[in-house]
Amino acid sequence: MKKLGLIVNPIAGMGGRVGLKGTNGADVVAKALKLGAKPVSSARAVETLRVLTRAGVEFELITYQDEMGAAEASEAGLEARVVGRITSGQTTAEDTKNAAGEMLELGVDLILAAGGDGTMSDIIEAIGTQVPVLGIPTGVKMHSATFANTPESAGQVAAHFLSEGLPLRDAEVMDIDEDAYRENRLIAELKGYARVPYEPVMMQTTKEGSTGFELADQKAIARWTIELMERGRMYILGPGTTTRAVAEELGIYNSTLLGVDLILDFKLLVRDVNERQILEAIKGKPATIIVSPIGKQGFILGRGNQQLSPAVVREVGKKNILVLTTPHKFSLTPTLKVDTGDSELDDEFRGYIPVIVGYLQTRMVKVV
Amino acid sequence: MTYRQARWARGECLEPLVFELSRAGRKGVSLHPEVPARIKIPDNLTRRSLELPELSEPQVVRHYTRLSQMNYGVDLVFYPIGSCTMKYNPKVCDELAGAEEAACIHPHQAEETVQGALELMYRLERYLAEIAGVSRVCLQPSAGAHGELLGMLLVRAYHKSKGESRTEVIVPDSAHGTNFASAAMAGFNVIIVPSNNRGRVDLKALRAAVSEKTAALMLTNPNTLGLFEDEISEIAKTVHTAGGLLYYDGANMNGILGKVRPGDMGFDIVHFNLHKTFSTPHGGGGPGAGPVGVVRKLEKFLPGPVVEYDRRRKRYYLDYNRPKSIGKIRSFYGNFGVLVKAYTYLLMMGKEGLEEVAETAVLNANYIMRKMADVGGFEVKFNGPCKHEVVFSAEPLKRETGVTARDVAKRLLDYGMHAPTYYFPPIVPEALMVEPTETETKEELDRFVAAMDEIAEEARLSPEKLRAAPTATAIGRLDEVKASREPILSWKMYRKLAK
Ligand SMILES: Cc1ncc(COP(=O)(O)O)c(C=O)c1O
Repeated sequence: MKKLGLIVNPIAGMGGRVGLKGTNGADVVAKALKLGAKPVSSARAVETLRVLTRAGVEFELITYQDEMGAAEASEAGLEARVVGRITSGQTTAEDTKNAAGEMLELGVDLILAAGGDGTMSDIIEAIGTQVPVLGIPTGVKMHSATFANTPESAGQVAAHFLSEGLPLRDAEVMDIDEDAYRENRLIAELKGYARVPYEPVMMQTTKEGSTGFELADQKAIARWTIELMERGRMYILGPGTTTRAVAEELGIYNSTLLGVDLILDFKLLVRDVNERQILEAIKGKPATIIVSPIGKQGFILGRGNQQLSPAVVREVGKKNILVLTTPHKFSLTPTLKVDTGDSELDDEFRGYIPVIVGYLQTRMVKVV
Repeated sequence: MTYRQARWARGECLEPLVFELSRAGRKGVSLHPEVPARIKIPDNLTRRSLELPELSEPQVVRHYTRLSQMNYGVDLVFYPIGSCTMKYNPKVCDELAGAEEAACIHPHQAEETVQGALELMYRLERYLAEIAGVSRVCLQPSAGAHGELLGMLLVRAYHKSKGESRTEVIVPDSAHGTNFASAAMAGFNVIIVPSNNRGRVDLKALRAAVSEKTAALMLTNPNTLGLFEDEISEIAKTVHTAGGLLYYDGANMNGILGKVRPGDMGFDIVHFNLHKTFSTPHGGGGPGAGPVGVVRKLEKFLPGPVVEYDRRRKRYYLDYNRPKSIGKIRSFYGNFGVLVKAYTYLLMMGKEGLEEVAETAVLNANYIMRKMADVGGFEVKFNGPCKHEVVFSAEPLKRETGVTARDVAKRLLDYGMHAPTYYFPPIVPEALMVEPTETETKEELDRFVAAMDEIAEEARLSPEKLRAAPTATAIGRLDEVKASREPILSWKMYRKLAK
C-alpha cells in the first residue's frame, strides 16, 4: 500500500484577506490575528482529503500532530498515523521542516502539503527532491509550480498518483521577499526545485492554447538549441529545468539546476560557476548565454541567475543570448523582464526579442 | 424550429460497420462477372484474400443513407464553421464532374484524346492567376496545407538560386496551425510574431523579426480574426526590403474575391482553397484542391508538368521540360474532378458574380456581428467592421455562468446548426469563429442569432443542459482528447483492439 504524508501549515493564507502579503514570521502572524485573520488552510486541506476518500483509493496516511494534519485527517474521517510534536497554536517553519524530514525517513510516496510558497520552500529546504510533493493551494503567494489548481484538484491528482501513478518532474519553488512585496516591490527568488507529479491540466492554470506537453516541449526545444550550437563557442547554461533539458539532451546528467554551467564542444566544462569564473572563461572568445524565464514573473536575467552579471552580459553581447521557454510557460509569462542591476543594460533589452519555443519554432516576445 | 437527428442503433450500438454487416457470398449487381485474365500476375504479388465486405445492394444503400442521416452537411444545415468557408456547393458542378468526359478519363491517356481536360486546366489556371494577380498557377496540390508546403519549397528554391541561405519564415500568432507546420516541414525555423491590440500584425515586432535570415512571411488576409491587414503595404515593404518573400494563405479569399488581389498587395506566392472559395465540397480530409500561384520571378520553380498551348498545331500539351522546377508535389495533375467543379463554378459566377460573393459574404458576417451585439454573454475583442467572418469571445458568458465556448458550440448542434469553429484563433479566449458565407438567407442568419440568444439564456437558467449537449444528435459529446490521441482508423485496427 502506498504511503501518503500530509503536512498542513495551519497559518498559511491568513495574511491574504487582511491585506498582508504573506505570513512568514511570527510577528506577521500576530499582526494578522490582530487584524481578524481566520485560518483557511485547515478547511482546504480537509476538502482535499474528502476528494481523496471519495475516490476510493487505498493508502496509509501519515501526518503531523494537531492542526498540522492530524486534526484535518480526523475531520475528514480518515485514520492516520500521527508523528511529531508541536506546540499547538504556535507552529513555525521549523515544524514544517521537521515534519518533512520525518516523512522522508518513514518512506512516504508523496507529501501533500497545504500552504503557500513559504511552506514549499521550507519543505524543499529539508528534503530537496527526495520525496515527491504536491501543494494544496492555501497560501497567499503561490508562485511555485508545485500547486494544484484547487484543493479539489489536489485531491484528484493525489488519488491518481496513488492509484495508477503519474510521471514526476522537477518544478520551480519560488518565494518572494515579503518585506519588499509589502512595499510594492516584487522580488521573486528561485528557492529550488521540488519533485512533483506531472499532471498538465489540474496542476497550475494552463491557458487555452498551450499544449500542456511540458516535458516533450522541453525536449523539442533542447534538440533545436543543440542544432544551433557551434564548436569552439562557449555556452553559458543558466538555471532551470528547460535549460537542464538541453544538458540532458547532450548527455550531461549532472548539470546544476540552480546554478550556471559552462559547456564547450557539447561537453560540460565547468559546473556551477560564479561571475568571475565566467568572465575568465569567455574573455575574447565567442560565447552564448542560454537562459529560460524564471517563475511566473518571467525574469530572464537578474533572478536566480545573478552570476550572469551586467559585465558577463556585455561581454557576451545581447545578440548572443538564447532564451528558451515552453508554450506552457509562455502562456504564464507572455512578457519577459530583465533586472540585471544596470538599468542602461536593461533598457537595451526592451522591445521584442526572439525566444525559442519549440523545434524550429521561435517567438518574438516583448521585454518590458 | 426543433430538431432531432436520426439515430440508427441497436441498443447502445450505432449502425454497424459494413464489415460487421458482411455475410459470405452476398453481393450486389455484378456487371462484369468474369474479368478475363490477360495479364499473368506473379504468385508472390497476388493476394489470396482481400477481406472485402460482402453485402447486397439494398444493404449498402441503406447503410450509407443511414450514416448520412446521422451526419451534418451543407445540404442539410447552416454550417458557420469559421475559416472553412462552408458555402453551399451547387449540384451542377457535381454533375459536370461526374460526366463521362471528366470522370472516365485516365491520366495516362494520350494528349490528343484529352484535349478538353487539358483546355479546362489551361483556362482554370489563367482564371485563378487573374483573380489572385499572379503570373502562373500550379493546380497540383490537394489541399491548402499541401499548397503551403509547395509554397515553402518554392521559397527555398528561390533563395537557393540566388546563392542565399535564408532559414527563417515569419508567421503571425493568429495564423492557422498549418502555416507553422508547413514552414517547419520545409525545414525553416518558424518565427512567431504577435498581433497588436487591433488584431493585426504588430509592425514593431515584425521589424524586430526580419533580418538577413528571413526567407518569407506567411500571412492570411483577411486574417483569421476576419480582419483586413490594413498595413499590408508597410508589411510587404518591411519583408521585401529584408530580402524575404510574401506568402498568401488563401483560406480567407472569400472576403476579398474580385475586390483586391494578393498580387497587388505585394504577395509573391498565393494558395487557393478551391474547396472553400470556389465551392467544391470539403470531403472528410479531401479530396480538395490547393492550387498555388506565383509572380513571374518564381515561375520557373513550379512543379511540372504544366499545360501549354501550341498555337501552330492548335493543340494543348503537357510540358515536362522544366529544368529549374522543384520537382513533383503529387502524382499527375492534381484532383481533376475538383478542378472541374471549381471551373464550372467560375464560369457560372463570372466576374460580377464573384464580386457579389465577397460582398454578400462580408455583409452576412457583419449582419451577424451587429445582431449579436444585443445578445448578452458574447463580445468582439477588436472593434470595427469585419470581413467574411467574425470571432466572438464567450468569456463574459463563462464569467457569468461557467459555461464555455465549447458548451455553446455543442449546444448549437441541438438547434440543428453546425457549430462554429471554437478555440481558434488561439489569441482570443473562449473563441467562437462564425463564417456564415454568402449562400445563407437573412432568415437563416436571424435563426442563428436567435439560437445563440436562447443558448445564452439557457446558460443562465440551466447550465447543466449546455454541459450535457449535444443531446439531439445521434451521438453525444465526444472525448476529443482520446479521439485525437488514440484514433482507430481502420477495421483492422478496430478488430485488433477488440481482441
Ligand atoms: C487560415 C487557414 N489556412 C490554411 C488552412 C489549410 O487548408 P486545407 O484544410 O485546405 O489544408 C486552413 C483550413 O482550414 C485555414 O483555415
